[in-house]
Amino acid sequence: MSATQETVSAGGARTARYFIYAALVILALVYLLPLYVMLSTSLKSLDEIRGGDMLALPRDPSIAAWVRAWGEACIGVSCVGIKGYFWNSIKMVVPAVLISTLLGALNGYVLTKWRFPGHRLVFGMMLFACFIPFQAVLIPMARVLGTFGLSNSTAGLVIVHVIYGLGFTTLFFRNYYEAFPDELVKAAMIDGAGFFRIFWRILLPSSGPIIVVTIIYQFTNIWNDFLFGVSFSSGTSSPMTVALNNLVASSTGVKEYNVDMAAAVFAALPTLFVYVVAGRYFVRGLMAGAVKG
Amino acid sequence: MTTIEPVPVLEPQRERRSFADGLRNALPKIVLAPSFAVILVFVYGFILWTVYLSFTTSRILPVYKWGGFDAYFRLWSQPNWYVAMQNLAIFGVLYIGICIILGLGIAILMDQRIRAEGLLRPIFLYPMALSFVVTGTAWKWFLNPGLGLENTMHNLGWTSFKFDWLVNPKMAIYTVVIAGVWQASGFVMAMFLAGLRGIDGEIIKAAQIDGASTVSIYRRIIIPLLRPVFLSAFIVLAHMAIKSYDLVIALTGGGPGNATELPSTFMYSYTFTRNQMNVGSASAVMMLMGITAIIVPYLYSELRERKQ
Repeated sequence: MSATQETVSAGGARTARYFIYAALVILALVYLLPLYVMLSTSLKSLDEIRGGDMLALPRDPSIAAWVRAWGEACIGVSCVGIKGYFWNSIKMVVPAVLISTLLGALNGYVLTKWRFPGHRLVFGMMLFACFIPFQAVLIPMARVLGTFGLSNSTAGLVIVHVIYGLGFTTLFFRNYYEAFPDELVKAAMIDGAGFFRIFWRILLPSSGPIIVVTIIYQFTNIWNDFLFGVSFSSGTSSPMTVALNNLVASSTGVKEYNVDMAAAVFAALPTLFVYVVAGRYFVRGLMAGAVKG
Repeated sequence: MTTIEPVPVLEPQRERRSFADGLRNALPKIVLAPSFAVILVFVYGFILWTVYLSFTTSRILPVYKWGGFDAYFRLWSQPNWYVAMQNLAIFGVLYIGICIILGLGIAILMDQRIRAEGLLRPIFLYPMALSFVVTGTAWKWFLNPGLGLENTMHNLGWTSFKFDWLVNPKMAIYTVVIAGVWQASGFVMAMFLAGLRGIDGEIIKAAQIDGASTVSIYRRIIIPLLRPVFLSAFIVLAHMAIKSYDLVIALTGGGPGNATELPSTFMYSYTFTRNQMNVGSASAVMMLMGITAIIVPYLYSELRERKQ
């Protein structure tokens, strides 16, 4: 199926290239289709959705469904839209990302530049923690959050996301600092610089790329989380993904597909925005999370 | 580079200094300790707690009365659990297989020195940035039997076209595969593309000089060289397949009926809505064992390789 470059005739090679481009363009259109349908549906009226074609462009685009989704749509019994849940997610994501990134940076620093006997085991245990199915910790976590009065609270979700994000943030920084020259750290030690001073003055200033990668990775993961949100929060304290699911799954009243899609767009916007602005770093984070060690 | 001046050590201060030294030596461990302690308690401690719960008679709330293997017998006698395992097998095999084939295919096409790579790559990858709930919502609408794809095909003149997989218990699991592949295949493509770019061009040039055709270069040389990428992709996808929860919930809600039940949805419903917490815990332990069997050998070999 790939290019037949050994074909001597230029015509054959050109045909092959046309084939490659055609295949790629068709595939790209298929990948874009769901996003296009989501966007165009959110800009249509319900009548147009029922009577028209999913793939057709909106006849007269209106953001009425967006306004409804943001401020009026009914989630459960309250009809105040998704805006509150959107802010819940923001309030959850920002502290969780910052705390887990900072701790990950310190952990990675210790695990590479201040090694102690058993550092490999410690790292291995933290690494495995990245991959456990969270179902295996769900019940105890629910009990503990309940005991400390943190269920149904943003603070509770922040704690949960910091804890279960630590493995990944540590992994990112450890692998990055592994490649950082030990000589610079040793020289600073001999010059009398202490633990935090070396971190602050020498490692951190050159950690820009990995900080961006980690923040984006954590932001995407925590914003997109559903399992923890649905398990440890309910009603108006839920994050955005849970609210979106409740909105779409609710079977009362008229099904407003355009409002559903508008809400989905709101849920997708922050991570899509990050992806568009810093896609390179996003991919690097995914790769670092996938190709371990 | 830097001139190093030895710090003069003053003998009389040794006593106080050793305390300060001790503190200084312990400082890195003190910094790491809270994180490690948290992981020990909240990951490993909680896993043991869940394992223990699976051996109790817990129903609505955790009780610590020993129930032996009762929950495991009950788990493995639930028709629902077999549906979940069967669905995981179907979903896992197709999801991993199609993602790898499609990812590799697109990566090879992208590697033919095409012009618009910078434009195309983000298009294949953006679904990975979306939440599974958004993906599920979008595909639920896209595959809507009345107004979605079916309607579009009818409008295009293909009036006999029928696509009711979303509400057809026999086919619903395949809609989860479609949405899952859409989300993750671009990422697999990026992994393969990185692998392809890492291959030494000299080897390929040598093969070309020997008169090997492009197809056989790919089949005999390039694809075998990508073996580590296949392994990584398999591990990542297998682990995502076992954990899959949000996608099913958003796309089919586990239905119609229990047609798209997966171990993750089984665990959640038995624990939190069907009041059989011990059976739910037992299913969580099964999931953990499945993932451990895949991840631990892989991590172990990766960490060992590093050591050498």
